[in-house]
Amino acid sequence: MHYFPHTDEDVAEMLAKVGVKRLADLFGIIPDACKRKNPLDLPAALTEGEMNAHMDRLSRSMAAAPEYNSFLGAGRYDHFIPHLIPSLLARAEFSTAYTPYQPEVSQGTLQAIYEYQTLTARLLGLSVANASLYDGASALAEALLMAMRITKKRRIALSRQIHPTYRQVVATYLAPTDHEIILLPYLPDGRTDIAPVSSINDLAAVAVQSPNFFGCIESLSHIAEAAHRQAALCVTGFTEALAYGLLKNPGSQGADIACGEGQSLGIPMSYGGPALGMLACKNEYVRSIPGRLVGETTDMEGKRGYVLTLATREQHIRREKATSNICTNSSLNALAAAMFMASAGKTGIREIARLNYDKTAYLKTRLEEKGTELPFRAPVFNEFVVRFPDGFEQQYQRLLQDKLIAGLPLERYYPELAGHYLLNVTETKTRKQLDDFIWEVHR
Amino acid sequence: MKNELNRDGLAFNEPLLWERSRKGRVGLSLPRRDVETAEIGDDLVGDATNFPELSEVDVARHYTRLSQWNFCIDTNMYPLGSCTMKYNPKTHERQAALHGFAAAHPLLPTRLSQGLLRMMAELETFLAEITGMEAVTLQPAAGAHGELCGMLMFHAYHRKNGNPRSKIIVPDTAHGTNPASAALCNYRPIKVSSGENGILAPEEIARVMDEDTAGIMITNPNTLGLFEENIREISDIVHQKGGLVYGDGANLNAVMGIVDPAASGLDVLHLNLHKTFATPHGGGGPGSGPVCVKKHLAPYLPVPRIIRKGDAYDIGENFPDSIGRLHSFYGNVGVMIRAYCYIAGMGADNLKKASQLAVLNANYLKESLKDTFELPYDRPCMHECVFSDRKQHAHKITTLDMVKRLMDFGFHPPTIYFPLIVGGAMMVEPTETESRENLDRFIATLKAIAAEAEGNPEILRKAPHGCRLRRLDETAAARKPCLTG
Amino acid sequence: MKELPELNLPEDVHYSKDHEWARKENGRIRVGIDDYAQDQLGEIVYVELPKPGDVFSTGAEFGTVESVKAVSELFMPMGGSVTAVNTALADSPELVNTSPYADGWMLEIEATDPSEWDALMSRAEYLDRLQTEE
Repeated sequence: MHYFPHTDEDVAEMLAKVGVKRLADLFGIIPDACKRKNPLDLPAALTEGEMNAHMDRLSRSMAAAPEYNSFLGAGRYDHFIPHLIPSLLARAEFSTAYTPYQPEVSQGTLQAIYEYQTLTARLLGLSVANASLYDGASALAEALLMAMRITKKRRIALSRQIHPTYRQVVATYLAPTDHEIILLPYLPDGRTDIAPVSSINDLAAVAVQSPNFFGCIESLSHIAEAAHRQAALCVTGFTEALAYGLLKNPGSQGADIACGEGQSLGIPMSYGGPALGMLACKNEYVRSIPGRLVGETTDMEGKRGYVLTLATREQHIRREKATSNICTNSSLNALAAAMFMASAGKTGIREIARLNYDKTAYLKTRLEEKGTELPFRAPVFNEFVVRFPDGFEQQYQRLLQDKLIAGLPLERYYPELAGHYLLNVTETKTRKQLDDFIWEVHR
Repeated sequence: MKNELNRDGLAFNEPLLWERSRKGRVGLSLPRRDVETAEIGDDLVGDATNFPELSEVDVARHYTRLSQWNFCIDTNMYPLGSCTMKYNPKTHERQAALHGFAAAHPLLPTRLSQGLLRMMAELETFLAEITGMEAVTLQPAAGAHGELCGMLMFHAYHRKNGNPRSKIIVPDTAHGTNPASAALCNYRPIKVSSGENGILAPEEIARVMDEDTAGIMITNPNTLGLFEENIREISDIVHQKGGLVYGDGANLNAVMGIVDPAASGLDVLHLNLHKTFATPHGGGGPGSGPVCVKKHLAPYLPVPRIIRKGDAYDIGENFPDSIGRLHSFYGNVGVMIRAYCYIAGMGADNLKKASQLAVLNANYLKESLKDTFELPYDRPCMHECVFSDRKQHAHKITTLDMVKRLMDFGFHPPTIYFPLIVGGAMMVEPTETESRENLDRFIATLKAIAAEAEGNPEILRKAPHGCRLRRLDETAAARKPCLTG
Repeated sequence: MKELPELNLPEDVHYSKDHEWARKENGRIRVGIDDYAQDQLGEIVYVELPKPGDVFSTGAEFGTVESVKAVSELFMPMGGSVTAVNTALADSPELVNTSPYADGWMLEIEATDPSEWDALMSRAEYLDRLQTEE
């Protein structure tokens, strides 16, 4: 396959205009030492039909619902996506446009992103949101860099209940900087132990995740108070944006910055990416926000329109003093999230979130009735930790053969939690699938 | 409703989502409730989220109408310099949407995710072959993320060798992401100027390179569209002082199968799959910014890494010198699938031909327009060329005026006012997927606009005239930011 | 942009090479940017100023001024301690464009060394300098 419209005649006439004889002559200025000695060694080109067959084959080797009854969550969630969303996103006007640098020919993307910023700010209970970041993990890293810039302090108190890979990304981003990360342990009920915060000085931020990695809902207002007592910012992360369709949002509980993953809002899991980094904050911090912002304005005739704004924060103007190095973000996924939030609406988002909560409670209650140990007692949204009996590992492997994925073994992330599994239940699970699971694990 | 439909041809007026809201509407099929309501503490439940209430038809029309206000590659030529806006093949969309890929959970046991692991492993091999480099990570989610990855590797490498160093050389033609990425690693950018011929002189690098300088970030071909002919010598100078050479591969589309980036002395090179490898840019993202390295930097690549074990693939985390993790999982897999299909579908010969025709198209534009606009660096170019508005200054017409007028004729403007070293820059990158007739139309249009600059400058200053909106007041937007409705 | 003869350069202030002005007022010094600087920057959208009590040496960066597509640093024409900042600029940054020497002032300082004022350029000296820069 190729996508060149050039005929041989075109090429010959264009070469003549340029004043060279052959295509290779266009590269005459390149020193020999920099040139390839051999042709590219790549597999023979596929036709479109051959590619379909090849990709179908690769795709079939992947485990996916409904063939598999999977209870994996931990940062990516199997939520239902109405076909309306991929169908609208597939419009080339959205998918094949570049960053909206020229507002007169990009009003579609600009208004859509303005709407995304608005719905995100409403979901998270804060005044402003940016146009998106890569994913939840980089959003947390950016939020912490932002907190250090605002407070001019260098310590970060990081809950151990934040997603382990998010904590790793934070460590990577901050490695070259002069900072110190202090990990906050967890309480017996599964929530973050905030007590150590009161003795940390030079503290830029207290960062937690809610619902946290164990699914437990954190007491954000207490955490925000503890942070503010140290003149630090309260940074609230999340991996499950849908939770705030039901739960009190971060802003209403005192969070200064809320950041996390928006994959649950109409975006396929796609093996972890592309995803959607969401970030919102109080209005007073708007000039420290990383990434793009869209703002409302008017045109020469007074008509309402939208433009990229406050660009002086960004790398293409402020270069090494920018609030972030980000350029390309997750714009199309931000559109997907806006479409999802708009389709669900005020009542739909509550009902979907509530179904997640109720189905999770159903499974949790039935498992406990059957004698499964639930080690952490704090309330949860759509994930929770169970402790299966010793030797469950063999049964886990056997269940995989039967196309049932019994959650995520936690020992890899928390060595003290051997035999513990993190289970996720979304609205896509039927009662029968939950009953099957209960039956299988207690067989 | 505040706004009337106010149809103008096929372009409808369309209010904001919440201005369409009517209490009681829901726009999706709510999932079945087959369990009872569970108890929940009052202290946990928030107020109802203030989302608009819309029907599915409302949402479909809203976004369809918004889409009609966008210019896109499928509309016409989109010659944004340094952005490589080539056609995005439709078959890639089918492949990325396959259920097994789209519905794959990233924490699946590896034996249940062999298809995507194989795709990623093969894509790494393809990119290593195209760049001549020896190891690849696909994890960075965009070009700037790749730059950060590269700078973190510089930092880790130098620290391991006993001196983290404090400076980095960045040419004056660099994208803003370069200094911003370096600054995240506490490197102080040292700006060097390109010479009068638009490329870097080895003497200039030798003058600033020292043992406290971590290395150089270099874009090749550079943002003037010129090949850095002294790259080998520059690399040697940097290496002699123990530094490393970072290649910004934003412009790789000019040289696939022609240049050997590894042989030109690069230690690290990032690629933009959303530029060179034809994945759609999505109105600003998502992209993907793989990083390719030589062997001596492989230990520092981010984790997790894909490991081939005979015919099977696994994910490895245990690399003690790694800079760590950059993404929640493995990066933008959906974007990788499209780039993989692009390479698999094009094959070696067509990738090379893509670069040749991209360079032919750019040189054809340059030769056809250099009498109309000032061409500050009149040399054979690669994939793009940069004009200025100097000739139009006499009529008090700027680059901005001219590119806004381009919209009236159905073309997207080129990149403007970048690179910064060319005053009033117009940076034009046609890409290989534009036909000769369309290039000729673009050339004729720009010539007509230059004639208007002389004869009827006012029409340019007020352009565009044919878009849904006229020029927007960016000053008001920045003075009193209104970022949410 | 304005030609040199069009510039408004009052006699009662002194000028720095970085295009800031300083004026003696009631024993203190007022500081702002001059007509040349505001004209070069174009429409100003944001001014970032220090807090009263902050102390800067001569030539130190005390803030930034932003147009839509550029950021410029502001430098102290004289060293001193900040006694007041023009809070009106937070809501009306355009005052720097419309009234650079009056309503668009930026800082009032207690000069560390009041004689530094005499070392700054007079209108005539400043105009000479602008001419050679052009």
